[in-house]
Amino acid sequence: MKYLGLVWRNAWRKKARTSLTMLSVMVAFLLFALLNAIAFAFRSGQDVADAERLVVIHKISLINPLPISYEARIAATPGVAEVTHASWFGGYYQEPRNQFAQFPVDARAYFEMYPELDIEPGQLESWADNRIGAVVGPEQFGWTIGDRIPILSTIWPQTDGERTWEFELAGIFSTSDQRGSTAYMLFNYDYFEEARAFGKGTVGWYILRVAPGANPVEVAQAIDEQFANSPNETETSTEAAFAASFAKQFGNIALIVQLILGAVFFTLLLVAGNTMSQSVRERIPELAVLKTVGFSDGSVLGIVLSESILIIALGGLLGLGLGWLAVQGAASSMGAMLPGIYLSGPAILTAIAIIIGAGILAGIFPALKAMRLSIVDALARG
Amino acid sequence: MTEILAKLEHVSRVYQKGREKVDVLHELDLEIEKGDFLALMGPSGSGKTTLLNLLGGLDRPTGGTVTVGGQELSAMSNSQLSGWRSTHVGFIFQFYNLLPVLTAQKNVELPLLLTNMSGKERSRRAGIALEIVGLADRANHKPRELSGGQEQRVAIARAIVSDPELLLCDEPTGDLDRQTADEILKLLQTLNREHGKTIIMVTHDAQAAEYAQRTLHMDKGKLEARAAA
Ligand SMILES: Nc1ncnc2c1ncn2[C@@H]1O[C@H](COP(=O)(O)OP(=O)(O)OP(=O)(O)O)[C@@H](O)[C@H]1O
Ligand SMILES: [Mg+2]
Repeated sequence: MKYLGLVWRNAWRKKARTSLTMLSVMVAFLLFALLNAIAFAFRSGQDVADAERLVVIHKISLINPLPISYEARIAATPGVAEVTHASWFGGYYQEPRNQFAQFPVDARAYFEMYPELDIEPGQLESWADNRIGAVVGPEQFGWTIGDRIPILSTIWPQTDGERTWEFELAGIFSTSDQRGSTAYMLFNYDYFEEARAFGKGTVGWYILRVAPGANPVEVAQAIDEQFANSPNETETSTEAAFAASFAKQFGNIALIVQLILGAVFFTLLLVAGNTMSQSVRERIPELAVLKTVGFSDGSVLGIVLSESILIIALGGLLGLGLGWLAVQGAASSMGAMLPGIYLSGPAILTAIAIIIGAGILAGIFPALKAMRLSIVDALARG
Repeated sequence: MTEILAKLEHVSRVYQKGREKVDVLHELDLEIEKGDFLALMGPSGSGKTTLLNLLGGLDRPTGGTVTVGGQELSAMSNSQLSGWRSTHVGFIFQFYNLLPVLTAQKNVELPLLLTNMSGKERSRRAGIALEIVGLADRANHKPRELSGGQEQRVAIARAIVSDPELLLCDEPTGDLDRQTADEILKLLQTLNREHGKTIIMVTHDAQAAEYAQRTLHMDKGKLEARAAA
């Protein structure tokens, strides 16, 4: 567009004012990106939950282990198609700040339970056959297959008291569900079970798949009744219910996010709208000159509106970019704490729609004023 | 074989000031030949600017017709008038009215943005216009880096860049010292004599009027011719 130069120059006529306006727009969109990603993380547990999968934990808390002997009894419960288990390892790589999740699991059974996880069959086999083998999600610390990886566990010493466990990277898995986290490591339960100093014969929790046609609620009840009045009572719930009850502890995150964003964008409109109306007011004669040399009323309207959209788009894209970087950083540094933190495509599209909408809203009244300007009156004033 | 470029027939312009009606121009008739250089003098408030605005299609008469280059301005729509102004008339004001955020070159290119010209062609033509007004070496200066006389030269370059036949100047030297004013007036004279521009210039300065071919005096919305001194 050939008016772009003109729009650009006019947008910067008062550099400090434009910079400050852009800065506030930038902060608003940075906030938008961060809050959206966080709200997304809280939602994602429910979104990726599979209603056909149930989780069995100790009735007292997730931290209490369950006996490995339960596996066969759960598997024998009517309505259970398959069952596997996982445990919390609580380790970090080299430094405490490199904390991420690791789970000792049964390699083949675990990948069968989670079909959304993708791994090359050859890698799965070589992992299962390698006692100290492990697999991770993509781009964990830049590891490549064959790397020897020492992980220090804050919970589990080995029988000789050594807290550092050595693993060999045998494969890299990914997920077909972009909202699911892959920021964790899986390794062989057998290695864990043999080498750990205490807790032998237990697992952290069980995951089971309900057989087609069976009622998940009844299956869950049957399992919990089976272990009632034993030293290790269980609590079985769907993955979705588990994730939802977890999220509810934090209140209605989505609503809070929307309220905050509403307030931020209302302020943003006032700031940007004020900038635009000042900018138009102080150059009435210049706008009259544009009309004098032949610019139509419509193009003067367009020029002022473009200016408003330009300022908001620059600030907005900058804020979104920073937000994206921050979310990427958060995802890689605290993916274990907040898995699924992610700036989603719909969130970015929403932000772009807001940029255009806010640009128009902030600029429309000054632009209409500029459009309706009478040349003769404006020049007489100049 | 004189050709009439602009013609006012029974032109009236009444302003509404609150309840009061201000009869600025009343049944005015005027013919301006192609190639004319007309000075318009008269006391403040006599309607000179009003007349210029009507001739340039910036304002509409409340009665009568304004015809320029065979086209009746009073019959055109607002957007037709905008388009017409961009190619048929150039304006020069007392306070130059350049856009402060643009360089001299970009100020001059402004009217060409409304054409389909390429950026290269726009820049070439603006260069020629600046050459004609003798300011080629200041093309990249912003208005505030120029003197008053230089700013007015840029404004003249902007007025002629789309090669209009008619130039309307409202007190073009009103803000300049004698010597600078004379230079600007000589430039206008050159544009009239060598480039064939028809010029109508409002001025309060009798010496300025001497550069014109003829002078009309305006008083209370009426025109009277006097022999040029
Ligand atoms: N937009 C307007 N509304 C009301 N009255 C106006 C308007 N424009 C001009 N007038 C009146 O019309 C009369 C003529 O104004 P005009 O500007 O044409 O005078 P002028 O001859 O150019 O004066 P000057 O030499 O001071 O520039 C004045 O009385 C002025 O008050
Ligand atoms: Mg005047």
